[in-house]
Amino acid sequence: MDQIALLLNGEPVTIRDASPTTTLLDWLREARGLTGTKEGCNEGDCGACTVMVTDDSGARALNACILFLPQLDGKAVRTVEGIAGPDGALHPVQQAMIDHHGSQCGFCTPGFVVSMACAHLNGRSDFDDALAGNLCRCTGYAPIVRAAEAAARQPVPDWIAEDPRALANLHDAAPRARTDAPCVRPGSADELAAWYTEHPDAVLVGGATDVGLWVTKALRELPELAFLNGVDDLRFIDIGTDEVRIGAVTSLTDLHGAMQGLHPSFAEMIRRYGSDQVRNAATIGGNIANGSPIGDGPPALIALGATLHLRKGDAHRSLPLEDFFIDYGKQDRAPGEFVEAVSFPRQPDRLRCYKLSKRFDQDISAVCGCFNITVTDGTVTAARIAFGGMAGTPKRAAHVEAAIIGKPWTEATVAAASDAWAADFQPLSDMRASAAYRLDAARNMLVRYLHEDQGTRTNVLEVRP
Amino acid sequence: MSVARPLPHDAARLHVTGTARYVDDIPVPAGTLSLVFGLSTIARGRITAMDLSAVRGAPGVIAVITAADLPGDNDVSPSIHDEPLLADGEVFYLGQPLFIVAATSHLAARRAARLAGVTYEELPAILTIDDALAANSRFEGGPVIWSKGDAGAALDAAPHMVEGRIEMGGQEHFYLEGQAALALPQEGGDMVVHCSSQHPTEIQHKVAEALCLPMNAVRVEVRRMGGGFGGKESQGNALACATAVAARATGRPCKMRYDRDDDMTITGKRHDFRIAYRAGYDDEGRILGVDFVQYARCGWAQDLSLPVADRAMLHADNAYFLPAARIESHRLKTHTQSATAFRGFGGPQGVLGIERVIDHIAHALGRDPAWVRQINYYREMAGGGGGPSAPRSPEASPPEDISEPKKTGGAAHRDLASRGSVGAVDEAPGGVPEAPEGVQTTPYHMPVEDFALHAMTAELLESSDYHARRAAVRDWNAANPVLRRGIALSPVKFGISFTLTHLNQAGALVHVYQDGSIHMNHGGTEMGQGLFQKVAQVAAARFGVPLEAVKITATDTGKVPNTSATAASSGSDLNGMAVKAACDEIRARMAEHLAGEHQARPSEVVFAEGEVRVGGASYSFAEAAQRCYLGRVSLSATGFYRTPKVTWDRQHGRGRPFLYFAHGVAVTEVIVDTLTGENRILRCDILHDVGASLNPAIDIGQIEGGYVQGAGWLTTEELVWDGKGRLTTHAPSTYKIPACSDRPDVFNVALWDGGGNREETIYRSKAVGEPPLMLGISAFLALSDAVASCGDAYPALDAPATAERVLAAVEKVRGS
Repeated sequence: MDQIALLLNGEPVTIRDASPTTTLLDWLREARGLTGTKEGCNEGDCGACTVMVTDDSGARALNACILFLPQLDGKAVRTVEGIAGPDGALHPVQQAMIDHHGSQCGFCTPGFVVSMACAHLNGRSDFDDALAGNLCRCTGYAPIVRAAEAAARQPVPDWIAEDPRALANLHDAAPRARTDAPCVRPGSADELAAWYTEHPDAVLVGGATDVGLWVTKALRELPELAFLNGVDDLRFIDIGTDEVRIGAVTSLTDLHGAMQGLHPSFAEMIRRYGSDQVRNAATIGGNIANGSPIGDGPPALIALGATLHLRKGDAHRSLPLEDFFIDYGKQDRAPGEFVEAVSFPRQPDRLRCYKLSKRFDQDISAVCGCFNITVTDGTVTAARIAFGGMAGTPKRAAHVEAAIIGKPWTEATVAAASDAWAADFQPLSDMRASAAYRLDAARNMLVRYLHEDQGTRTNVLEVRP
Repeated sequence: MSVARPLPHDAARLHVTGTARYVDDIPVPAGTLSLVFGLSTIARGRITAMDLSAVRGAPGVIAVITAADLPGDNDVSPSIHDEPLLADGEVFYLGQPLFIVAATSHLAARRAARLAGVTYEELPAILTIDDALAANSRFEGGPVIWSKGDAGAALDAAPHMVEGRIEMGGQEHFYLEGQAALALPQEGGDMVVHCSSQHPTEIQHKVAEALCLPMNAVRVEVRRMGGGFGGKESQGNALACATAVAARATGRPCKMRYDRDDDMTITGKRHDFRIAYRAGYDDEGRILGVDFVQYARCGWAQDLSLPVADRAMLHADNAYFLPAARIESHRLKTHTQSATAFRGFGGPQGVLGIERVIDHIAHALGRDPAWVRQINYYREMAGGGGGPSAPRSPEASPPEDISEPKKTGGAAHRDLASRGSVGAVDEAPGGVPEAPEGVQTTPYHMPVEDFALHAMTAELLESSDYHARRAAVRDWNAANPVLRRGIALSPVKFGISFTLTHLNQAGALVHVYQDGSIHMNHGGTEMGQGLFQKVAQVAAARFGVPLEAVKITATDTGKVPNTSATAASSGSDLNGMAVKAACDEIRARMAEHLAGEHQARPSEVVFAEGEVRVGGASYSFAEAAQRCYLGRVSLSATGFYRTPKVTWDRQHGRGRPFLYFAHGVAVTEVIVDTLTGENRILRCDILHDVGASLNPAIDIGQIEGGYVQGAGWLTTEELVWDGKGRLTTHAPSTYKIPACSDRPDVFNVALWDGGGNREETIYRSKAVGEPPLMLGISAFLALSDAVASCGDAYPALDAPATAERVLAAVEKVRGS
């Protein structure tokens, strides 16, 4: 890519000759001397590098450590240095952080301030979620939340509201990316299809929440890259009468919004998927295509009976999502072929998603169990059960499904299915959980579903003091 | 007056605007190199070949340094010279630094370091407590045993006994700012080091050794750390020495900051412990005798493990009178990261041991554990124990006499300023203080004269509505098959002072300029705890000036020498007093001069509200300073403080290692899912004793943060090593410190109004850094309470109580 144009703290900046895998964080700190944005982990898990990124869809918080510069082409970036006004006037969240003693060592503070400014701008008051991606080791969070609540009553400062307008001018000047280069930013699915056919070994970068770590942690060189943030025609959620179809470049944040009405338990799981910063960047296409056995999207989608839509050049094909995952690290995807969309049938909501992790927020699942069980007149008439974290791929619990279909929806049926679990899954032990616990917890998740159906309280997150 | 006010942290505005400067933010001279360590990939073995040609040939690499290239001592240990900066032939843990790469960028250095071709002759690694016991792999020959009375006989005679053991995991500090150091070579071979360290004098000492320089040729500056928690007491030595030797070798400034994975892989963490116990008790639950065996996994090098293990023994009683006690401590050597200081310094492990015992006794008797705690508390002194030990005066004590000769150390290489030098220096034999009539003593024979927990507990039980909520928890549990609640109270009594007596000293340097502005410096470091703010409030109060008149300056070994680590919660106790002494010295000189001008007595000169008033005249502080300058009065002074009364015989476990105790008490309520073990904290109420607070806002911040960190240690924060000794939880993706939603939904924190510290501390305040961490134990005990509702057996929960461990305990209690 020739050059990247962006707004940095309100000022237009053009970047030339930067490596496409230069992270925004390194560029800010090393090339621009903007050291307010901190490196805490370099993998998108601590939020010390949080920046505000604004485009047509609004302002959102992102982790600068796993954002590549080409992802920012045509966008406005605000760092902590740009959260205060040009004359040094503090943003309400900054003043509130001082007044409420929200900083101790101060190292996480710039990231918090930016996340809080994003929440403030977007009128959010769900601070536990808005700040789940920002770790603080000193305060125990209480004063930070008090500050966020206090600032919420203050108006958005003028300078923060400026970015969308200034962005319009930048768009006029934004150059088109070349389409024959080793690193491109295609403007449509057709452009992507044509280029990828010619460059089948290239890496496709959606939100870079995974690929970012290939660079920052594995130190991999990625000679051929396509950045998908310009492929606007793959960013959609179509809710039809028979089918829901989701474009591959749809962010998890957008998916969360769409699922709230259709499948609230899925939405609740997405609320705990990564953090705000991660969901704002991550795409559902990436979540599927990287083939991770511990991604949270696939089990839920498989339980919903999802179909995956792939494209190579002008050829399109579709397959049941579970068939895409062949083995650990192996998917049914040809070189040059990419995920276009995923779809699932409209259906009454019987989906329950149980995400088990050491920490509720911003944690990878040890076990992610998704249950779609239809009960008619007290009898299980259909069941699709899929798991992450239980095998080398996202995987259906076929034996368990068989053991309950046609049976009365009772404790006896659930107990009788007990042995089927070991037939479906032989999980591993790792740093997240032991094999025995995984199997135990998975088995108990079906018990939980039954309890839930019977009106028993089962969710610790729903209990208040 | 500026003390006792809830003022914001001095750097708060810098923090929120991103302009507070940390080591990696300091603008560096052109040509500065970035350093990265190449790390061992096995836990134990001999290096048979190290091919670094690809590293040297990598883009941007300027120098590669191995053990053979070091100009001075190859050692970064804070104790017994057992910790080479770079492995010399043998490796002792997976992640041990082998070589240094110096390159033109951080990324280039990281890339190059991975190109090394190292081959090893692998040897069997000792990884676990059981491995170490089987191999008798330990520090200090055999176990350390302290006792009071005849615990064995007391156990034999007791009507009841509980017996068991608890495993408790370690804890990663996860300071948000990773370790970092920047060395700037000076003329004549001198070195200036900026680093993120709690112990600048230690850094100065180790860098001097590494460069074969006297300490006066090395100056170390620390403005602030992005968190420390003990993890920057000794663990920064390696980076500082690496940058210094690389700067010497290349003649260029050198900077090193650990990538987070490297940081977690290389540096030490909190010690994990196993504590086995036997306790005898009467029908009421009163402990008659207890026998503890503590096993500490210390890792590969001694570091600070001996005083850590000592402090675990010193807190084996926590708040409880133990008529007879025997405490045996095993300091086990393993081929893992060298465990190090972490907030509480062994204290939390010791406290958890006795809290488990009390919990177990209460369960066996079917009594309210809070009640069993109360009847085992130390006896309160007449008058509530909170009264001062000496008359209080607003002026507090006069400055310590600094003319008295200090005992000087031995050979220059001894690491006298380190807590790790325990056993390596001639320790003063500790006398045993006589217990006054009716005063109970700790297992180490120290009279407990300032116990405050009876009144505090009563107040918290009331304010938290404990008894009604405990009943409500039982009702809930009777009605809910899946979700169970639990509630628990736990206290902390924490000893304040360095147990290595000579470290209880501090220095300060204060200047008053002609314009009345004040420059303040002391030996303490700022890691977020608000030390600088508190001490500046002291300085402003001494001169009667607004806080803005006091400039807080970076800790600098060139200004205040021979400092102790900012550790053991002692920062404001020690440095507050030293700064006060310096301010009072200058104030006395000013008063004498101005009194002379007005034919008044110096004691009649008043420093208040930004003015100096004498004999009817009133000067602004600046005018007063100018008059003194014109009168040729020195407006610069050092201050010095040493903690009185402490004396400690570590060998025999007898004495008064602490000047006083800080207390706290917490009630936590939790909810547990008995199908998966998932759990969370619903509510926490805390009452904490900070004496007369220097800054209530900062103190409450320490309490809230300490509690959440302590609860994290015992719940979600799990360190996992694989069978090869590889730490598999080496990043925040796998190691889970509490996040925002993990704090209690309801979180009530109050400061105890107990009338101040009975000892003569700075403005009668008490230390606050470490004690509140142990209040997190109440969350662990509440989880145990919830689990216990599932059946008859005692849960015997181990820590951290991850969902997995909680579910295992539920199944155990159910007998399934």
